[in-house]
Amino acid sequence: MSSIQIQHFDDEMEINMGPQHPSTHGVLRFRTLTDGELVRKAIPEIGYLHRSIEKIAEMVEYHGFMPYTDRVDYVAAMTANHGYALSVEKLLSTEVPKRAQYLRMIADELCRIASHLISVGTFPMDLGAVTPFVYALREREKINDLIESLCGARLTYNYVRIGGVSFDMPDGFAQRVSAFLDQFEPLMNEFDDLISSNNIFIDRLGGLCPISKELAIAYGLVGPNLRASGMEWDLRKHLPYAAYDEVDFDIPVGDGRCGQIGDCFDRYWVRIAEIRESVKILRQCLVQIPEGEIQAKVPKTIKPPMGQSYAAVEAARGEMGYFVISDASKNAYRVKIRTGSFSAMSIIESQSKGLMIADLVALIASLDVVAPEVDR
Amino acid sequence: MTAQAMLSQLTEQFDESIVLESSHEELHPWVRVHPEKIQEFLSFVKNHADFSFDFLRSLAGVDYQQYIEINYILFSYAHGHELIVKTQVNIEQPFISSVEKIWPAANWYEREVFDLLGVSFKGHSDMRRILLPDDWEGHPLRKNYREKKEYRGVSTQREYLTGMPELPTLSPEDAS
Repeated sequence: MSSIQIQHFDDEMEINMGPQHPSTHGVLRFRTLTDGELVRKAIPEIGYLHRSIEKIAEMVEYHGFMPYTDRVDYVAAMTANHGYALSVEKLLSTEVPKRAQYLRMIADELCRIASHLISVGTFPMDLGAVTPFVYALREREKINDLIESLCGARLTYNYVRIGGVSFDMPDGFAQRVSAFLDQFEPLMNEFDDLISSNNIFIDRLGGLCPISKELAIAYGLVGPNLRASGMEWDLRKHLPYAAYDEVDFDIPVGDGRCGQIGDCFDRYWVRIAEIRESVKILRQCLVQIPEGEIQAKVPKTIKPPMGQSYAAVEAARGEMGYFVISDASKNAYRVKIRTGSFSAMSIIESQSKGLMIADLVALIASLDVVAPEVDR
Repeated sequence: MTAQAMLSQLTEQFDESIVLESSHEELHPWVRVHPEKIQEFLSFVKNHADFSFDFLRSLAGVDYQQYIEINYILFSYAHGHELIVKTQVNIEQPFISSVEKIWPAANWYEREVFDLLGVSFKGHSDMRRILLPDDWEGHPLRKNYREKKEYRGVSTQREYLTGMPELPTLSPEDAS
C-alpha cells in the first residue's frame, strides 16, 4: 500500500483497478500500466484488509487466539483453525483423540468444498457468465447449514480447539452429510456440462498464462495452484496430519488438457477435481469415524515449554502454516502465518506482462486469491 | 536425509565462524548462521544436490529486543526434509542481504519483514512498505511499538467511536 515513481511513455496509461472492483474478490488493488487493451504491468498494492492478526496473537492467550484465526481466511475458516491448533499441539506434544481428528477432517473437507465452490463459481462470473455462480452458491448454502448444525456458525466457525474440537456431531449429522453428498455428486456433472465443457470458457482459458512447475515452486505457490502446474504434492498425502493417512484419495494434477500445463484452465480444473476427491474423503470419514473422546486434557491457561513449532495444513488455498514461538508464558511470543494467497498474489506482477486487461481478471480469478489471507 | 546427518554435513562444510550454532533435538532442526554469510549459506543449501531446499516456506522476523532474528523456514520437495535457518540482525543497524535472487518468493516476504519489523534487505529490487501506508510511523511487530493516537486526523482509539471513557492501551507487558 504505497506509491512508487513510474516512468510514463506516450501511449502508456496508468489505470487503477480496485480496491472496490467486482472482479477482485474483496479489497485487492492493482495499478495497471496499460497500452490500449494490453497490460504492460499490473502492480498489486495490498494491505487494505490488514488487521495485524500476528500482533494480536502476541496479546491474547493461546486459546483466545483461535477466533482470530477464523479471520485469516474467512472463506475456509476451518482449515485456518486447524493449522493453528496443530502448531500449538506440537509445542505441547498433545495427543488429539481419534474422533476429534476425524471430526476435524469432516469439517475441513466440507469447508474445502464450500471454498472451491466459491472459487469455481466466481471464476466464470469474472469472465461474464453469471449463471454458474448461482449453482455453486446454492450448494454452498447447504454446506453452511450442515456446518451450522455442527458448530453453530456459518462463516467464522471457531470449531477447532487446541487438543480437540468444541462439539461432537449432533444426532443425524452423518446421515444428513451423506444425503447431501448423494445429491451433490450428480450436480457436479451438471456443473461440468454447464461450464467445464463449455467451448467459450475453454477457448478463453486454455493456454492462458501458463505457470511452469519450476516458477511455481520458486514463487512459493502452494495447493491447487502448485498442483495445476504439474507438481504432485499434497500435504494431506505427503506429510499427513489428523487421520489423512487412513483415507484413500487421489491428487489431481494439471495436465494441460485444454492448452498448456499450468494454464488458467488447469487451475480451474484442479479445483473441480478436488471437490470430487473431498466427497470421496468425506464418505470414508463418515464410515470410519470411531467412538470416543473429542477433547484431550489441555489446561485452561496454556504455557507451552520454550521452543518453536511450524505446522501446516492443506487449506483450500494451499499450505497454511503457523510458526509459533513460545517463551513459556501465557501468550505466544510470536506467531507468523504463512498463507497461500500471499505467494499467489506476489506472482501476478511478473505474470501480467503482455496480457489483455480481461485476461488479467482471469489470471487473478484462477489463482483464487482471497484478500484476508493476503493481508492478515 | 536425517536431521542429524544434514546438520553434521553442514557443520563439516562451513566452519564455526559461519555456522554458529545448530540443533536437531528440538521440534525442527535449525542452524544459526553469521548474518554476513547468510546469502552464501542459503544459496549453498538451495543448490547443493544433497539438500536442494527449493521451497522457501516462510520468512519470519522476530524481535528479541537485543536483536532481531530472521527465520528462513525451508523445505525440500525432492528430499522431503526441512530446516530452519536463523540469523541475528543488529537492532540498531538492521541490515541484511536479500535472498530474492535465490527464491523470488522472498521479494514479498522481505518487504513484509521490512514493513512490520524495520529490517532493510540489501540488494532487494523494491524495498518499500507492503501492508502499511508509506508514511506510517514505526514498525508494529517490534516489541516496543506504541500505536500513535491518530493517523492523518483519524483516531486509532476506540472511545472515539463509542464515547466511552478511555480504555487502557494494551501493551505486551500488560498482557503477560
